[in-house]
Amino acid sequence: MKYTAEHEWLRVEGDLIVVGITEHAATALGDVVFIELPEVETMVTSGDEVAVIESVKAASDILAPVDGEIVAVNDKLVDHPGLVNEDPMGAAWFFKIRVDDLAVLDEFMDEDEYNELIG
Amino acid sequence: MTDLDQTGLSRLGLHVELGGKMVPFAGYEMPVQYPMGVLREHLHCRSQTGLFDVSHMGQVILRPRGSMEALCLAFEALMPVDVLRLAAGRQRYGMFTNETGGILDDLMFANRGDHLFVVVNAGCKAADIAHMQAHLSAVAEVIPVTDRALIAVQGPGAEAALSTLVPVQGMRFMDSAILPSGMGDLWVSRSGYTGEDGFEVSVENRHAEAFVRHLLALPGVAPIGLGARDSLRLEAGLCLYGHDIDTTTSPVEAGLTWAIQKSRRTGGARQGGFPGAARILRELAEGPERLRVGLRPEGRAPMREGTLLFDPDGTPLGEVTSGGFGPSVEAPIAMGYVAASHAAPGTALLGEVRGKRLPAAVVPLPFQPTTYKR
Repeated sequence: MKYTAEHEWLRVEGDLIVVGITEHAATALGDVVFIELPEVETMVTSGDEVAVIESVKAASDILAPVDGEIVAVNDKLVDHPGLVNEDPMGAAWFFKIRVDDLAVLDEFMDEDEYNELIG
Repeated sequence: MTDLDQTGLSRLGLHVELGGKMVPFAGYEMPVQYPMGVLREHLHCRSQTGLFDVSHMGQVILRPRGSMEALCLAFEALMPVDVLRLAAGRQRYGMFTNETGGILDDLMFANRGDHLFVVVNAGCKAADIAHMQAHLSAVAEVIPVTDRALIAVQGPGAEAALSTLVPVQGMRFMDSAILPSGMGDLWVSRSGYTGEDGFEVSVENRHAEAFVRHLLALPGVAPIGLGARDSLRLEAGLCLYGHDIDTTTSPVEAGLTWAIQKSRRTGGARQGGFPGAARILRELAEGPERLRVGLRPEGRAPMREGTLLFDPDGTPLGEVTSGGFGPSVEAPIAMGYVAASHAAPGTALLGEVRGKRLPAAVVPLPFQPTTYKR
């Protein structure tokens, strides 16, 4: 598992990268009440605003962590946005991206580095 | 900690002990939420009992130098509201208006027999006190109350909880009473900012901690932060000063005509005579150009403050002044101003969220039925 400075987690699944938000982010956001997901088959560039997450407090953008194609989104979140609070690191994944080369993950933080960031 | 002013309970560290997440609000360090979280705190207040520290609000006593009548008439000259005929032991909602008919602040005032007790918003407190001193000093002493905390106890269990300290069972909505207790005199009104039955209690700072600890030890009583306070008042259709009402919105535009008694309207016993009367009386007679309305977005996306509103043809109609997710109605809800032509419940309009114009409908307020004990 890798982590971004924007509090996303990245997990390799075959040749895809699965993206979600960290438990730290979910706790900070508070109760999530709305999620807007990208369209599948969208080509995205690292830093693009690809999803929106709204809690009882505020709206936040989810950024594409890498260049690639969105190949799947977690539709369950649309009807059950609270899943992000219940299981942020597991069932509440947001989308899956196909990238040219999984080596792009090397630039991201590992768990120790991320824990240091939020500590 | 910061150099922010602290209310009695913050200074005692009680919020932090309860796990409150402290944020700056109107110059005060206040709990935005406790470990329960905004959503569950909101639902807890609707189903059981919520306790809110609102000590940052301004408490002011107006003590007449001469007669109560002279004070009431002078106070009336600042508001389009009947003060003179408010019975002893009763509280009323009012608002200071400016010369152009806008709202300087909204407030509660109670007739306590030989004086008036006023509660104003934290953010407007200094200006309100200066305003009252400037206009009332000839007829009254304007006395800011700085040695008391203000605690709201709200929800279906509020009466049972507070009854363990003082007899409040006989009070009805907007009654106000000074009740002796083991924790000094409690200044109690049956009112609140949640749409629920409940009480607002002014308690001496030296008894505030014991008062709060006593209530929190009772079954079903939980501390509620500012986050849930906001979603509760939004569901109840209540205005937040500086957002839903301000110096540009008139009480008529804001849909607060219920607070303007007949005596102050055209043809009434003491018609007009308040700042901005020309505009306010004209709007009462002819209708305002815009109105505050309730809004229900069709989808799940909240329409937050500042969301621009359009009619289906694309004509601008106004904007959202408060919006978010209503935990009890389980849907996004909002309030905002629209052209009067589009203010009827059922009117379809569009709200622009992140560049997309999404459908919403005008709906009656409140979103959540109130449970006041009338």
